[in-house]
Amino acid sequence: MKLDVPSDLGMVGDAVELVASHLPPGTLSPRRISFNLRTALAEALGNAIRYGTGEDPERVVRVQVELERDAVRIYVVDDGHGFDPTGLPDPTHPDNLEREYGRGLFVIRHLVDDVAFNEKGNGICLTLRAG
Amino acid sequence: MRFTLKKDKSGVVVVGVEGQLIVGNRQELKQKVLDALEDGSRKFVIDFSKTGYIDSSGLGVLVSLSKKIREQGGELRLAGLNADLQTLFELTKLDTLFAITRTAEEALAAF
Repeated sequence: MKLDVPSDLGMVGDAVELVASHLPPGTLSPRRISFNLRTALAEALGNAIRYGTGEDPERVVRVQVELERDAVRIYVVDDGHGFDPTGLPDPTHPDNLEREYGRGLFVIRHLVDDVAFNEKGNGICLTLRAG
Repeated sequence: MRFTLKKDKSGVVVVGVEGQLIVGNRQELKQKVLDALEDGSRKFVIDFSKTGYIDSSGLGVLVSLSKKIREQGGELRLAGLNADLQTLFELTKLDTLFAITRTAEEALAAF
């Protein structure tokens, strides 16, 4: 499944529903699709649209879903300059707890089984394994 | 997805979140609560019993609203989190920042 999502934060919810509703039953439990996949994909899309494509309506974020026997991999790639995912502040540190932003990647890492970035830092791969 | 606002007889505003609270709709929730704050309401309950998922932008807007309400001498309570949402609040340690009750009725009774 491939999807070009317009760089519009208002489209994130619809894009997430489209992907989630087209996953064939069996690989992931309904609960993992309903919560883990939806939340992690919304995070990845929101980051790509906000920071990667700057909410420019002329640009798109590419989503590709690969189904394997025991896993689902979701690639989210923007055409931005990329970012360095290392060294982000810990959002659970008491000094950061009342910050409005900075929890996205932390949340993703806790909801999926594996997170990988491409070399440029403008693409993320979310892997959810069966179970 | 939609947000509903109801004021109970003691003046507490109960906000229902149906669907999801994410980057694409968080501003709508923020504006509705800020409007009620500006109109004089000081006690708020956000009821997540009909909420499927919340992303970090949604969490961020709750943090921001809680601060603004506290600055005005009010309080924001959260209610109705399912097991997955409760885990999300625990892993981000936001469960230490908010008063969270099982139901909106319990939150109302605690004011």
